[in-house]
Amino acid sequence: MKKSFGGPAIFLDRSDINTDEIIPAKYLTEVTKEALKPYCLEDLKLKGFDPNGEKLRRARVVVSRQNFGCGSSREHAPWVFEVNDIHTIIAQSYARIFRQNMFNGGMLAIELPADDLERLFALEKEGDVQIVVDLEGQKLTAKGGARTESFSFEVSPFDKELVRAGGWVEFADARY
Amino acid sequence: MGKTIAEKIFDAHLRDEPFVGTKVLDIDRVLCHEITTPVAIADLEVRGKDRVFDNTKIKAVIDHVTPSKDSKTALQAKMLRDWARRHDIKDFFDVGRNGVCHALFPEKGYIRPGFTVIMGDSHTCTHGAFGAFAAGVGTTDLEVGILKGVCAFREPATIRVNLDGDLSPGVYAKDVILHVIGTLGVNGATDRVIEFRGPVVDAMTMDSRMTLCNMAIEAGGTSGICLPDKVTVDYLWPFISGDYASREAALADFTRWHSDPDAVYEKSLDFDVSTLEPQVTYDYKPDCVKAVGELAGRKVDQVYIGTCTNGRIEDLRQAAAVLKGRKIADTVRGIVSPATPKIFNEALAEGIIQIFMDAGFCVTNPTCGACLGMSNGVLAEGEVCASTSNRNFNGRMGKGGMVHLMSPATAAASAITGVITDARTLK
Repeated sequence: MKKSFGGPAIFLDRSDINTDEIIPAKYLTEVTKEALKPYCLEDLKLKGFDPNGEKLRRARVVVSRQNFGCGSSREHAPWVFEVNDIHTIIAQSYARIFRQNMFNGGMLAIELPADDLERLFALEKEGDVQIVVDLEGQKLTAKGGARTESFSFEVSPFDKELVRAGGWVEFADARY
Repeated sequence: MGKTIAEKIFDAHLRDEPFVGTKVLDIDRVLCHEITTPVAIADLEVRGKDRVFDNTKIKAVIDHVTPSKDSKTALQAKMLRDWARRHDIKDFFDVGRNGVCHALFPEKGYIRPGFTVIMGDSHTCTHGAFGAFAAGVGTTDLEVGILKGVCAFREPATIRVNLDGDLSPGVYAKDVILHVIGTLGVNGATDRVIEFRGPVVDAMTMDSRMTLCNMAIEAGGTSGICLPDKVTVDYLWPFISGDYASREAALADFTRWHSDPDAVYEKSLDFDVSTLEPQVTYDYKPDCVKAVGELAGRKVDQVYIGTCTNGRIEDLRQAAAVLKGRKIADTVRGIVSPATPKIFNEALAEGIIQIFMDAGFCVTNPTCGACLGMSNGVLAEGEVCASTSNRNFNGRMGKGGMVHLMSPATAAASAITGVITDARTLK
């Protein structure tokens, strides 16, 4: 389960984006991940955001604020990103279950301090933002217009190992 | 240095520490429902690992959409049912015997002090009311739990919430927890355990303690937790009487799971609830909380009494006390869902169901129902619901709908008038 991290970013400038907004419960009757694909962020309440827009379709990275993914335990929330080829989220903080679900599925929930996040959000004004993630080096570069910014981030050794192993099932299966 | 109850439970269940700061715990109860478990079952099948670590520690229920409403939910129920049969999971609850997971499993005596509990449901923190470490997890954690009986956690710091004073008549556990969340904020307890302490908790029934712990996740908490005491022993006694010579012996044993007097907390918050008013949420986050008086008069289209927060017998009694001899407004749809068959039966025997029906409520079978907008009772665009549930996110009960969270008494009063109403003001 090799995944690439990085690519064009979409900026969701709001805190507390919750799992009901990411994937409404009415779609939890689906039993395959692929079936979730058209409904990503369908109920997100955010000025100027269009869940059917080109920007979300092209995005490979989501950048947001605090407490991203709060609410339900539904792993359908990371899955709906995964089937839309978004394997990286960058935010100031996450709800615990969402964050663990991301790493459990071999995806990245990167935390940046408030100041760094401000710098990243500022890039959006320069034009479309492209992000490159170096997980082993725990660095990311973001290019917006002619400007490039670099950031360091921390991922716990356990979470990093989950991404390397391809997820928690693989890790636990080999170890327990 | 002393330890908190959460630290003691972690120590007693530690299987592995693969990296500093990551604790892999043995799990005493893996709880399952039909929305998040079938995907785990399907993945285990694909991997050729259709096994369970211990079929006596796994409990399962169909509760979110029941009876099934369409072919897809029928398939989800069938996958859970077939899996439970295949692995001889005896504690499986199907239509007619089923109820809302966080009401049903405690009622069956499955949760004990000192246990570790996981479930693919964020409100699993409810079970912390028994002095257990109980956490909601995603489907992958659930899958590993089913297969291996383990789950990984960061060791959580504990926030101690001291509840002092006396609750005024008409003010309940729901009002307390809404107030606490309003103070902590929706991420104030992320990666933390909230330990509820003080005379207010000591005086609470298990039903009330479950209401408190149920909403720990709405402040981001991994688990809410209460220390086991005589109230816990009395609730569990029918299930543990074979294990202990007396209730006193059980109580003495349970005190193993008390936080030490010199335990270290990340912080302590003190609340005097004596002057607390009934609380109601506004807007789309559970920390947007005001005293009922500030929101009184806002029109509601639906009133929903039930859910894993407030569908227990105590809650139905509180609502019925307000509804007795009254009728709900013509402009309101009232829906009540007793959370389990046992609660339904008690409500029948006590005449509570009759009170609800006489008032004009629709009484449904035990189910999660409208709470998450995937079963009966969904709101239309622009509609407003006064609800005893735990979450008011945008679209929660249906796209474009608005939810106000409140106690059963406030919900009942609002049903009568058709607008948000302080039950204490009804003449």
